[in-house]
Amino acid sequence: MTPRITFAVAARVLTQIRRDHRTLAMLLVLPCLLISLLWWMFDGPAAGPSPMFDRFGPGLLAIFPFMVMFLVTSVTTLRERSSGTLERLLAMPMGKVDFLLGYAIAFGVLAAVQSLLAVVLSVYVLDLEVDGPVWLLGVVAVVDAVLGTALGLFVSAFANTEFQAVQFMPLAVVPQILLCGLFVPRPALPDVLQVISDLLPLSYATDAMTDLKHGEETAQIFGLLGIVAGFAVGVLILGAATLRRRTA
Amino acid sequence: MMKNAVEVHDLVVVRGDNEVLHGLDFTIPVGQVTGLLGPSGCGKSTLMRTLVGVQAGVTGTATVFDQPAGARQLRDRVGYVTQAASVYDDLSVTENLAFFAKVLGVDRDEVAKAIDKVDLASHQDQVVSKLSGGQRSRVSLAVALLGTPDLLVLDEPTVGLDPVLRQDLWGLFHRIADGGAAVLVSSHVMDEAERCDRLLLMRDGVFIADGSPAEIKQKTGADDIEQAFLTIVREAA
Ligand SMILES: Nc1ncnc2c1ncn2[C@@H]1O[C@H](COP(=O)(O)OP(=O)(O)OP(=O)(O)O)[C@@H](O)[C@H]1O
Ligand SMILES: [Mg+2]
Repeated sequence: MTPRITFAVAARVLTQIRRDHRTLAMLLVLPCLLISLLWWMFDGPAAGPSPMFDRFGPGLLAIFPFMVMFLVTSVTTLRERSSGTLERLLAMPMGKVDFLLGYAIAFGVLAAVQSLLAVVLSVYVLDLEVDGPVWLLGVVAVVDAVLGTALGLFVSAFANTEFQAVQFMPLAVVPQILLCGLFVPRPALPDVLQVISDLLPLSYATDAMTDLKHGEETAQIFGLLGIVAGFAVGVLILGAATLRRRTA
Repeated sequence: MMKNAVEVHDLVVVRGDNEVLHGLDFTIPVGQVTGLLGPSGCGKSTLMRTLVGVQAGVTGTATVFDQPAGARQLRDRVGYVTQAASVYDDLSVTENLAFFAKVLGVDRDEVAKAIDKVDLASHQDQVVSKLSGGQRSRVSLAVALLGTPDLLVLDEPTVGLDPVLRQDLWGLFHRIADGGAAVLVSSHVMDEAERCDRLLLMRDGVFIADGSPAEIKQKTGADDIEQAFLTIVREAA
């Protein structure tokens, strides 16, 4: 690994995203719009305290960064493969880890901005009640986004077109959203689904957000965060293993 | 005795279920522009990918500056232009070059020099997606020139360029070779053959001729390389 190269990749990805206003809007504005929509749907401006938004809000703060980063990363890296720039980079002194980590850093930075906006909106404008420290919501969201990026990097190895990359969304992301405890609390799931839910990283991210809301011990939240981070690192290592310098 | 940049012995490459290169033996000397010519699908890109170390399914030996092709120590000594312009569409010319310069660990002032060499100084702040096809491939070429590599592997770098520009670029390739580097240029257009110091004529994954343009024409009694190619193919049939 060479820090010079890792940061060159991260800076380049950020420049590209900055140029692409639509993607930038999707990354930063769309989550805020969707959270506002949900708040409006359930409770509306006049309803006073909002029990439904309180129930779904924390889960959404976990899901959006994960989902959006997964989508953007898988499509961006696929473009890198099909345009030949990846082949060129791999013929240069570029370590696979430099490449993957560069992407993870760039999208981690974007995720930090995204979650800052989403958390400020939810807590200070839409009155989501959070008993734990608010800044920790942002930390969970960033780790979550890095997980989404790692998974996006990984699946892009199995796609040949951008269309195929998008098809991984229902496969890799939607089941995690269904089973993460947002719709049915995890302990109330049928046994088999509970076991599956235990194996999926997004479940722990959602748990962390929910625990934060209820003001659980910070140590417990860091424990959950550690699990999510562990998954992210594991998937990045898998990604490095599937990234081949020599291809057919 | 001229030093060889590349030495290849009994090189076989299998892609998918097909053997694409069938046991090649050749060398590429420094100080010359070597042309790799042959019809579409004969295996030119496959050979070039092998030399820069991104091709799988390789058997036999391929050494570049006495190291196995693709070795880590070679990666900043070999400049490679892929057949499709491999640069970032949404970055400007300068931004593209600056990024690759960082990856290579090359000085920032090399960027402007490389842009000048491909005659794109007037477009340096333009985003690549707004450039013409020929201009894009010149950006891609400029990336390969960063850091004055000892071996340049150029996969059809002059496709789609006008005659004046093509002449300029061939002049550039020769200046680079005169500076002591080895230059390997592929083309499927035979009229570029005369511009090379030496030719490797390829067909269906084997070499059918190897020599200077003059030698090949003399041996076959043909007036130009295209005729020579056809003569050899006909005699082999
Ligand atoms: N990714 C791949 N998987 C399997 N076979 C491939 C692949 N790419 C190319 N081939 C096959 O390898 C052979 C040589 O291809 P190559 O790209 O090296 O040809 P080329 O001489 O560069 O042609 P062109 O002048 O059109 O660029 C072709 O017959 C092609 O069908
Ligand atoms: Mg080719």
